[in-house]
Amino acid sequence: MRIFDPHIHMTSRTTDDYERMAAAGVRALVEPAFWLGQPRTNAGAFTDYFDSLIGWEPFRAAQFGIRHHCTIGLNPKEANDPRCREVLGLLPRYLAKDGVVAVGELGYDSMTPEEDEVFAAQLALAVEHELPALVHTPHRDKHRGTLRTLDVVKESGIDAGMVVVDHLNEVTVGSVAGSGCWMGFSIYPGTKMSPDRMAAVLREYGPERMLVNSAADWGRSDPLLTLATGQAMLAAGFGDDDVDRVLWRNPVEFYAQSGRLDLSATDGQPAAFAGNSIARGGN
Amino acid sequence: MTAGQLADLLDGRVADPDWLAGAVDRVARDPDALAALFPAAGRRCGRGPLSGTAPRSETGGTDPAGWTVDDAARVLLLTALPLSGAALAEQVEAVYRYGSADEKRAVLRALPLLDIGAGGVEILHDAIRTNDTRLVAAAVGPYARHLDAAMWRQAVLKCVFMDIPLTAVDGLDRRADGELGRMLGDLADERRAAGRTMPADADILLALIGDLPPEG
Repeated sequence: MRIFDPHIHMTSRTTDDYERMAAAGVRALVEPAFWLGQPRTNAGAFTDYFDSLIGWEPFRAAQFGIRHHCTIGLNPKEANDPRCREVLGLLPRYLAKDGVVAVGELGYDSMTPEEDEVFAAQLALAVEHELPALVHTPHRDKHRGTLRTLDVVKESGIDAGMVVVDHLNEVTVGSVAGSGCWMGFSIYPGTKMSPDRMAAVLREYGPERMLVNSAADWGRSDPLLTLATGQAMLAAGFGDDDVDRVLWRNPVEFYAQSGRLDLSATDGQPAAFAGNSIARGGN
Repeated sequence: MTAGQLADLLDGRVADPDWLAGAVDRVARDPDALAALFPAAGRRCGRGPLSGTAPRSETGGTDPAGWTVDDAARVLLLTALPLSGAALAEQVEAVYRYGSADEKRAVLRALPLLDIGAGGVEILHDAIRTNDTRLVAAAVGPYARHLDAAMWRQAVLKCVFMDIPLTAVDGLDRRADGELGRMLGDLADERRAAGRTMPADADILLALIGDLPPEG
């Protein structure tokens, strides 16, 4: 099984995770810029984080033969803090980067006027930079938030096929299915989807425009739930080709719209360090 | 290595040569255009090896062997900047500051070709602080002559520590001294006590300089 995890926050994960992911078949991933648990209080904290997403984290991933890409954006929660607003002006510099395959995560947290403004401004940036957009749906008031998200996407003029609306579930998938946007599902213990429920949603809606991710981060989560979903699909009667489509070809198709997806073999340099710990950083 | 020689080496190897020629022209007229053109060089020009004569790890400095096409394209863009001295250093520093790892490596490779004197030495210090082997290796090229002796020795020791081949270190034969020999000897003792080995090239270097008198 070859796996492309289209949404996982590797910054918060250990090398053990990279090792297990590689062994499970994860060959590529996208790490969306998001909040970090602890709120940031200035723009510099964001640029250091963005630098890590285009510098250190891809290097770490390469030690395990995994291709790392990212999305860059100002997330909705921190969009509400005026001290972080300056980040918007810094985004174009990062949206020009090779490893950046979408603008995101965008969307709503508490659906404030500030969130409206920052969401719309970043959808405009996605259009301007010809990049896809990764849109998070809120944890609270999710159904209303999803509908409002689809309205904002429509108003922005971005092609629906360039947008993935993420963290969907049985209640919210229907409205997104009819919108032309891609449908993202996070297989995440406790609060989001489970492998078996995901297989049932795929049974009902089919594999087209479907993306499955682990969204593993600093919370209690599991980077191997993409693999578990592939296994649940097989157990539910799907064939290998369906699994490959959902776990590999679909995310490749979506993010390849950026023109920046690079799935060539990782270059020889990191492989030269195989067998060592993380290239034995100078500590 | 000059910008002209680099352009010759790139001839026939760039995916989109018209883009590169246009980008060099634009940067020569408008330095601010560099912010968007510099990151795009990888996807417009390609990322393959430049000469195919040697893997990157076996060479250091501005020897183009081991360079990639995007390295060379980015170095060309930097040499096209119509600036010098402090103004050039400031622009180069901004490109490095906001660069991806590939962009940072290209800046490091470009430093010896730029008219900035020692104005880029802080960039080297930053690269040596990272744990990215690509950046540390690129930081010990010819421009490292601007590092003071203590920092240069630390950088060489870090190469050993990170298994970066010492062929990456420019001027090693001229600059390796008794103090570096002492530091390598101590590292070798530590490794031996832990049942670990030194990289072969570090053992050879230690054999050559281990007996030099340490710095007074």
